[in-house]
Amino acid sequence: MSDEVRGPATRATLDDAQPVLSVRNLRKVFGTQVAVDDMTFDLMPGRSLAIVGESGSGKTTVARMICGLEKPTSGTITACGRDRSKPARRGSERKARGREVQIVFQDPYSSLDPRQSGAELIDEVLRVHHDHDAADRKRIVAELAEVVGLDQRQINALPKALSGGQRQRVAIARALATDPRVLILDESVAALDVSIQAQVLNVLADIRDDRGISYILISHDLAVVRQLTEETIVMQRGVVVERGETGQVLDDPQHPYTKLLRASVPGPGWKPQRMRDRIAAQA
Amino acid sequence: MSALLEVRDLTVQLKMDSGMREVITGTSLTIAEGEAMGLVGESGSGKSMTAKAIARLLPDGADVQGSVTFDGTDVLALDGDALRKHRAQVAVVFQDPRAHINPVRRIEDFMTESLRILESVSKPDAAKRAAAALEEVGIDDPGKRLRQFPHELSGGMLQRVMIATALLSEPRLLLADECTTALDVTTQAEVMAILDDLRRDRGLSMLFITHDLELAGAVCDRTCVMYAGQVVETRAASLLHGDPLHPYSAALVQARPDISSTAERLVAIPGRPVSAFEAPSGCRFAPRCPHAEDACRAEEQVLTELDGGRVRCRRAAELRGRLLDGAHV
Repeated sequence: MSDEVRGPATRATLDDAQPVLSVRNLRKVFGTQVAVDDMTFDLMPGRSLAIVGESGSGKTTVARMICGLEKPTSGTITACGRDRSKPARRGSERKARGREVQIVFQDPYSSLDPRQSGAELIDEVLRVHHDHDAADRKRIVAELAEVVGLDQRQINALPKALSGGQRQRVAIARALATDPRVLILDESVAALDVSIQAQVLNVLADIRDDRGISYILISHDLAVVRQLTEETIVMQRGVVVERGETGQVLDDPQHPYTKLLRASVPGPGWKPQRMRDRIAAQA
Repeated sequence: MSALLEVRDLTVQLKMDSGMREVITGTSLTIAEGEAMGLVGESGSGKSMTAKAIARLLPDGADVQGSVTFDGTDVLALDGDALRKHRAQVAVVFQDPRAHINPVRRIEDFMTESLRILESVSKPDAAKRAAAALEEVGIDDPGKRLRQFPHELSGGMLQRVMIATALLSEPRLLLADECTTALDVTTQAEVMAILDDLRRDRGLSMLFITHDLELAGAVCDRTCVMYAGQVVETRAASLLHGDPLHPYSAALVQARPDISSTAERLVAIPGRPVSAFEAPSGCRFAPRCPHAEDACRAEEQVLTELDGGRVRCRRAAELRGRLLDGAHV
């Protein structure tokens, strides 16, 4: 790992040098389509890794395999020393895996049960995963609400009474309830308004600093990637085409695909270029 | 350049379960021949409703005050054939192409329907024009695409089909409502370049609705920022990002993470964006504004001229040049 120390990295104490998540030669084939091919990476405690790429690059498939929603065709995934590349054989094993790795999905409008308040949702997660009494659970619900910046009324409200940003905070609080070591953020801030996105990104940075959780951020938004992560993996059609320190990948991309991604982001002085002109310019 | 479109004091109320709710309050904007105007804002700011009012696509029971004038014609008074003609001249491209195309009809049926019905163009001629339009937006082998169904095309391809379809009626104004938001960044760049070419080649005017201030800044001549149903700032697009006049525009600029540096902490805007009917009296942005004073909350703000732009903030002149203080380091 790089020796740059910033915020959460200080939590990755030197004697704690075991990766919290280890992915080796991961491969997933759907029919004849190779969705993910030979992916390997380590995630250290308290660090954040971005996986970027466009639709169909396989980034969400990687996330789904890590949480056990999809079975790898081959390769291994080890989280907290536990192999999770094969389906869990027992309920207790499945629960243990659920505790270690949690995910926050993109759309807070479809990822919450409309009949359940945030408080009830978190309480349920706590009952399934931990041995707290009712008073303890109530205290933890209040703590988690505070962590994600929801007040008592909001955490006790049904999703329909909440805005997108507030719902996404409920989803983050739910994911934190198992006290995970790894949190997967699958386009978790993409659907939010600019002003709300900034609030949620700040909350995520605080949580990482306070709890030493590791993040995997699946995103197509390179500015968000820059803000939240230290390392970046670029995927194209299931294959890792570039990886490195986030700042370096974005400031000095090496692979043609990464260069194309970077050049497609609008900014001052940006001029959109048509594919045919781009190809002509290269010829 | 004379104004092709002029929207004046547009106020729109929509019928909701709980009665009439205001979604736009006194919006005014003009677009000249060949000009690209960006319309920027968050959810509920009224930007999509403004476009719908211009294209006369507001839902039933909407109450519309003010005026919309397109090429000298009073748009709000149109009906029948005249309205159909207006909608041919003012084409709309929406965010999600899949939601606006019939999934069980071939691309050719979708593209040529209005030509055949409204302009009585023969089927082979309509197909020829559709193929030419597809080529114009950079789609190879248009003959094959015309025979395909929507599910056989990617999102980016389908959005280009939507733009090509909009072009078939020879529009003079294109209303692009978040038309690249659902696309990958490289596809977005391609679609933006196509729109840019069309604007140059055909002298097309454009109202480009987006939440992305940087995108608007890069492709538009002027940008209008909306908040809670009101225009709060209109300014040359190239200036808005580096030199905003309204505290809300500045807050939007600062809240966005920067691709070239990591901020210690993002300058988030407290609270959430509100719709016109939820907005407080006085300045609508005041509850979230770091510069708000009692006087801001007390009086309705009006758009005033400042440095070549227009801004709805009584403190704008006094805050000039200080709004981005403490921005990204």
